[in-house]
Amino acid sequence: MLRFIVRRLLQLIPILLGLSILLFAWLRALPGGPAQAALGERATPEAIARYNELFGLDEPLIVQYLRFLGRAVRLDFGTSARTGRPVTTEFLERMPGTIELTIFAMIFAIGVGIPLGYLAARKHGSWLDSASVIGSLLGVAIPVFFLAYLLRLVFAVELGWLPGSGRQDVRIDATRITNFYVLDGLLTREWDAAWDAVLHLILPAIALGTIPLAIIVRITRASVLDVVNEDYVRTANAKGLATSTVRRRHIIRNALLPVSTTIGLQTGLLLSGAVLTESVFSFGGVGSALYDAIFARDFAVLQGFILMLAVVYVLVNLLVDISYGLLDPRVRVR
Amino acid sequence: MSALGELKRERIDQLAARAGQVPEGEGGVSLTRSALRRLRRDPVAIIGAVIVVLFLFVAAFAPFLAPRDPLAQSLLSDIRPGFIPGSQEGFPLGVDNLGRDLLSRLIYGSRQSLMIGVISTVLGVIVGMALGVLAGAFGGRVDTLLMRFVDILLSIPSLLMAISISVLLGQNQYALMIAIAVTQVPIFARLLRGSMLAQRGSDYAVAAQALGIRKSRIVFGHVLPNSLSPVIVQATLSLATAIIEAAALSFLGLGDPDLARPEWGAMLANAQAFLSIRPELAIYPALCIIVVALGFTLLGESLREALDPKFRR
Repeated sequence: MLRFIVRRLLQLIPILLGLSILLFAWLRALPGGPAQAALGERATPEAIARYNELFGLDEPLIVQYLRFLGRAVRLDFGTSARTGRPVTTEFLERMPGTIELTIFAMIFAIGVGIPLGYLAARKHGSWLDSASVIGSLLGVAIPVFFLAYLLRLVFAVELGWLPGSGRQDVRIDATRITNFYVLDGLLTREWDAAWDAVLHLILPAIALGTIPLAIIVRITRASVLDVVNEDYVRTANAKGLATSTVRRRHIIRNALLPVSTTIGLQTGLLLSGAVLTESVFSFGGVGSALYDAIFARDFAVLQGFILMLAVVYVLVNLLVDISYGLLDPRVRVR
Repeated sequence: MSALGELKRERIDQLAARAGQVPEGEGGVSLTRSALRRLRRDPVAIIGAVIVVLFLFVAAFAPFLAPRDPLAQSLLSDIRPGFIPGSQEGFPLGVDNLGRDLLSRLIYGSRQSLMIGVISTVLGVIVGMALGVLAGAFGGRVDTLLMRFVDILLSIPSLLMAISISVLLGQNQYALMIAIAVTQVPIFARLLRGSMLAQRGSDYAVAAQALGIRKSRIVFGHVLPNSLSPVIVQATLSLATAIIEAAALSFLGLGDPDLARPEWGAMLANAQAFLSIRPELAIYPALCIIVVALGFTLLGESLREALDPKFRR
């Protein structure tokens, strides 16, 4: 097991190096280069030359890249042109919000998706089955940000049931420890703060969780239908096991293996979707910061955030792979 | 972003390995013909095809179908802050915030949206296939190098990748298409390479080699045509992804800045500001996107079932 993990960790190195080269090249390839990006379109040639000298941009590319890499390893991506604060600080402050949102979205998608997919398969051919198939096709086809706007319009603006923006009511004076607002509220026993943070998470989590929900329903349904026809299920039934035991021990457990693969695959999707969902709900996580950075053409933030998000994505995928290794010994051999 | 865009390495290879397998008991009929026969009997495929053909028709004949000029502004005196006139005589779906006929804009918008989808997918397929053929045909070090590169591309969430490319290339419709195409390249490269590797060891490829046929002829005449089916399926599904992704990029302010070209994604993004006044301005373009994406998805899924025996249920 340890060897499996170490090998997977070693495989990360070329991927991360490649990523850093891509993002380094990206900033150099911008029209006018990084100097123009930092100084604006109307910068004079003298100003650009001085900027280049100041930041060592007149040196050979390889030297520049190594310096960039050295800073990137120390998580130094410069400062945001918009707020003037270090990019990494902003990222670390905002990441807990995005993680919280992602977890809630996944809870929604799994909590609704697996039971729904299982029921659809058990009642194969019924109206519930058809509805879940159609629903899962629609769920994948809806643009995420449109769904987010729609949810916000209906449940926050028109009905006023749930808050439609931010992570917590500004009037609540909550104590911050980890920047995970729900967790902070629980840790400090400020129950109202925690509950308010949960309420703020509901609509964005539903918007973000819809695509994974659609996919989980589909895969669960298909995989239960596959397993039901397996020989071992027939054997289990034939030897007189109680139906509930067969379902629990033989059908559900085996059907969930492909589902867990799918759940792992959804992480990257959620990171992408978070950019869209968070901007609709002005959520204050990594996604809405990225959205602001796009409009402000804040290149330092774009570069740093994209690199760090990609690292998070790669690491999450690694964790998922490792957990398969634990779940299913066959994976380890490969 | 559609889920289908976010394929992982192992999944792609799995799909690829099954290329060109002939279902049992249908050995005598060519794969294409038996697939076509299954498609014609599949109601899902027919629904998908009807949707796609319908929208292609609308796009092709937009000037004849649209009741008005999509850019002409009318009813301007009726538009006030907080009010946009809805459906009325001569304007079946009402007008947008600048007084342009919504129905005509939707009809003309199908051109731009379908074009973005088709061109970006074709670009992605061509480049991806070129990389895949190189890797699959040469194998060895070329293969390792190309696939490392492809893995790096796959390790970046596709929307983030599209954002960085659009920011880099500036704000225009070509940048949008290239950005979407780049996110699709690694999928097609990996897919084609995998299915070519699976085909290379097959009996007919070995036989062709034994007959002393030139390598280029084996690759392009035998292996490649037999490896295409997963690519065709994925391309159909990618059309849906591309159209949804284009809408997302429009929403992020990275779409086509030329307002003279109506496009569903941009219309949807613009309409968000008027959502509480006239939600229809957003709902109709969104419906168009959803229905077209659904059409391509249904068609793609049934193509997969027809071409890939393991997927049949």
